Amino acid sequence: MSAPDSLVALVAGAEALYRDYRLGSVRDWKARTGGLAVGYLPIYIPCELLHAQGVLPVGLMGARDDLEIIKGDAYYQSYICHIPRSTVELGLNGSLDCLDGVIFPAICDVIRNLSGMWRMLFPDKLVHYLDVPQNFDPEVGGRFYRHELEALSVKLTDRGARPLDETALRAAIDLYNRYRRVVRELYALRQASPWKVPTSELYMLLRATLVLPVDEATAMLVRYRNAAAADVSRQPMDQARVLLTGSFCEQPPIGLIRTLERAGCYIVDDDFVQVTRWIRSDIPLDGDPLEHLVVAFLEDAIASPTRYLAQGEKGADLLARAHASRAEGIIFCAPSFCDPALLDQPMTVRAMDAHGVPWTAFKYAENTGQFQVIREQAGTFADSIKLWSGK
Amino acid sequence: MTRSQPLLDARKDASQVRQKAMIARHFDRLAAAPATGDKTAYTFVPGNLTELLLSFDILPVLPEINALQSAMRGKTAEYIAVAEKLGHSEDVCTYVKSDIGMLKSGNIGPTGQRLPNPDVLLLSYTGCFTFMKWFELLREEYRCPVAMLHVPYQPDGRISASMRDYVVTQLRREIIPMLERVTGRAYDEDRLRELMRRSSQAEDDLVWVLQSARTRPSPIDAYFGAVYYVGPIFSAFRGTDEAVGYYRALREEIAERIALGKGPVTPDGDLDRERFRIVVEGPPNWTSFRQFWKMFSDEGAVAVASTYAKVGGVYDTGFRHDPSRPLESLAEYCLGCYTNLGLPTRIDLLSRYVKEYDADGFLINSVKSCNSFSAGQLHILREVEARSGRPGGFIESDLVDPRYFSPANIKNRLESYFQMLEQKRLGGAA
Repeated sequence: MSAPDSLVALVAGAEALYRDYRLGSVRDWKARTGGLAVGYLPIYIPCELLHAQGVLPVGLMGARDDLEIIKGDAYYQSYICHIPRSTVELGLNGSLDCLDGVIFPAICDVIRNLSGMWRMLFPDKLVHYLDVPQNFDPEVGGRFYRHELEALSVKLTDRGARPLDETALRAAIDLYNRYRRVVRELYALRQASPWKVPTSELYMLLRATLVLPVDEATAMLVRYRNAAAADVSRQPMDQARVLLTGSFCEQPPIGLIRTLERAGCYIVDDDFVQVTRWIRSDIPLDGDPLEHLVVAFLEDAIASPTRYLAQGEKGADLLARAHASRAEGIIFCAPSFCDPALLDQPMTVRAMDAHGVPWTAFKYAENTGQFQVIREQAGTFADSIKLWSGK
Repeated sequence: MTRSQPLLDARKDASQVRQKAMIARHFDRLAAAPATGDKTAYTFVPGNLTELLLSFDILPVLPEINALQSAMRGKTAEYIAVAEKLGHSEDVCTYVKSDIGMLKSGNIGPTGQRLPNPDVLLLSYTGCFTFMKWFELLREEYRCPVAMLHVPYQPDGRISASMRDYVVTQLRREIIPMLERVTGRAYDEDRLRELMRRSSQAEDDLVWVLQSARTRPSPIDAYFGAVYYVGPIFSAFRGTDEAVGYYRALREEIAERIALGKGPVTPDGDLDRERFRIVVEGPPNWTSFRQFWKMFSDEGAVAVASTYAKVGGVYDTGFRHDPSRPLESLAEYCLGCYTNLGLPTRIDLLSRYVKEYDADGFLINSVKSCNSFSAGQLHILREVEARSGRPGGFIESDLVDPRYFSPANIKNRLESYFQMLEQKRLGGAA
């Protein structure tokens, strides 16, 4: 039995947004509201701040596998990951013209250097490098981060955005709390019943929300959650439950995610589109809202390889996630040449080995087009879990 | 022929002999540390806090320098293979893999002596994301305390009060207390000031030496030769009397070369005829350092300025360690290291070098290992060419992985590049 029409239509709508690299929905929003739209690179920026100033935050995650890279390759050597070249391609071919600026968060040297290149390629646009603290003491890193946010806010105001005010920021936090709550519910639903929420759909939905105002994004996710939960046509299959990690910046092509599912894997947790889950719980609505954003970043963010692990054991967070999601194995799935993921991997692999968690690893680029080898590897991994995991 | 009298070991310049002895003494102290009780800190070249460490009598160990010296001794192929066997990706920094491989192979340092385990890992997270992961990896191996100093990036080419305060606060609240705990000693700011006063003296002389390349012919090679010149100040000696003495002697030596109208020292002796003056961006290849250098010197090409000589501090734009405001000055030093500067600032600096050193062109050696340097270099190439009007060249290699040094390919590209410069010169003269 096939899925009900509403679910099919929802996913099709999300896919259209996901595939529209010319950002038609953003252009429409700008025409409708006259507001500023500002893009941001992975992994995380505090979208609440932008929303509070009337700015539409637009998540940029490369160009997938359906854009031929011509100009972008002229800016990068072969040993650098793919996302900066597709981002440059999008910038130079006019796809991102509707954006009034781009924010580059501090996650690695490639994205960092791309910020400088962008500044020179698009001198009329707002370009902001958002440095984030690796010191998590509120009096030290917190003070620095607050200043960074204030500086960003001033830059937005200089571009014509509304000045930041506490009431608007509190309201924005409330909206983003709701959005993240629905995302958490979807992740929980997938963990409980992965056949109801295929990752290939959930991923598409999350990507689509990156180009929508937060209230519309939340409403779309709620509709999908309700439709998916109610759909009785989706029945469990004999698949291995896996946690997929390493794909937090450059994203895999959707074909790769579908390949893993077809190879016998239920992806029950992942690192995709982490801006939607970077802050793990609700941000308080009382007191100083900017300070709450700062503290949330310092104390309630996910354990990303891009953050310095000041305390605790490497891999502990991944183990906890595997336990919570009842994953039977880990797939280390990182983009080629991704420093944060690949430098982190030996440490987390060691932690998995120490705790007897099965794992496999491969790499991809956002435009990878051949999946047969990955399908065989993932299929063998899923079979080995089902046959020999002893569960 | 463009040179005379091959440089034999027996004819090393006095400064080289002096430097070799300094480094040997340092490694002797390191080797003896487990017996003497001297404390050691592993730390990085960019944003190093040598004066602060020395004020606590902590001996610095620099894993990047160990890696490059391992490469020069032909050891890194083996070390990298060890690390890759342990699961380290072929895509990541080969300094890291060389270091891990060296550690797993007995941690024998460049002088053949065993390096001591660190008492503390001083993670100066300056200008390179990989540093952070590198020391997370080392922490797992050594299980020792880590002092983490996060240095913000300079995207706009300026240091804001917030950046400086952030670094100073970390120094006061985290780094210094950690060093006090490790050594059992109290922080002595007067001692730090004294060390920084000496740093400033040595920095003056280093800048004089680097800027001597403005002379024609240049008495130094500011890329290959500068690797030796920056050695003491980028590593364990900044702030010491030894460094002050070394840089004063080096300056006198270079002054004498200028007086005699001599070109730079090359692997085959003094260069007699300077044919091309080149500005170089990016680190050198270390596995075939001498061969790489000869590809330049055989063509009479002299590096008159390089950005690699600024990774441990950009002194030629005016920065000096300032003993009157020690922590603020240390913060500014860290913030100002070359790879911590935004791409527009790097382009400004390179364009300025081409002009100020009257270079015929500039060349980028793009290394696979180092995204901090390499990401954006093709853009740098176009921009510097456009601004300076001088031709740019681009070659690719790696830091310490010999698999990525293709001599025929690089030589071919360099020869073509130098021919182009020659043609351009002839065309200009016609």
